[in-house]
Amino acid sequence: MMSKIISFISGIIFGVGLSVSNMINPEKVLGFLDLFGQWDPSLIFVMMGAIIVSAPVFFLFRNKNKPLFADNFAIPTRKSIDKNLIIGSGTFGIGWGMVGFCPGPAISSLALLNTYSVFFVLSMLGGFLLTKLVDRIIIPTQ
Amino acid sequence: MNIVNFTPQSAFFGGIIIGLAVIIFFIGNGRLAGVSGIVNDTLVSKQNRTDNFLFIVGLVLGPIFYAFFTKINIPFLITSSLPIIISAGFLVGIGTKIGRGCTSGHGICGISLLSQEVVQVVMGFVVLVFCR
Repeated sequence: MMSKIISFISGIIFGVGLSVSNMINPEKVLGFLDLFGQWDPSLIFVMMGAIIVSAPVFFLFRNKNKPLFADNFAIPTRKSIDKNLIIGSGTFGIGWGMVGFCPGPAISSLALLNTYSVFFVLSMLGGFLLTKLVDRIIIPTQ
Repeated sequence: MNIVNFTPQSAFFGGIIIGLAVIIFFIGNGRLAGVSGIVNDTLVSKQNRTDNFLFIVGLVLGPIFYAFFTKINIPFLITSSLPIIISAGFLVGIGTKIGRGCTSGHGICGISLLSQEVVQVVMGFVVLVFCR
């Protein structure tokens, strides 16, 4: 029960953070990607704010026995950069740069009842399912 | 390069709030608040499905609460055409699935976790220098 409350509250706070920083706004994000034109460096400050808060906590807690409401910490163990990470991040980057939406802001912006957000999120879910399907057919499991 | 529309204070403050969400999720549930992973898992995995779904519901409620309590109209503008939106959505879905992470997972959690290694390297370096 507590883990569900934590998830819900974390989601709300995350959404508030995206609103306060206006990263929910694709126009704002596109401004960041326009480095050699009309550049808006705000995104860097969002990342800095988030990392300054989370990095010390990760450092202090990751070697503790267990989280408050779960059996163990689930942290990806992969340390090296592999092919999937490069191809995936590149593909993600192209999509991100086209519209200015990444998954968090896209989902959060459903709150603003914009039809385009809905289309984006549905396509993104389609991308997830398509990759899962292709993964199952072509690429052998790791 | 011209710097325009730069809002460092609200960006930094918003970032701190996002960081809080990340650490509450981590200390409470032991997981990284990577949004693409949470959304994808809700779709394809039974594990923690309710947790993941509630996170997503919260993510959508966040802007509503914010706009309601601050009476601020959240600036929001999409200028892309529908075909571009749909193509971009697909690419973001495929890319984050293959790369296992998006801005929140890799950008915030990844860098924050990596910083532990960075801190250890720096501390190790300092110790080496002092021992010499």
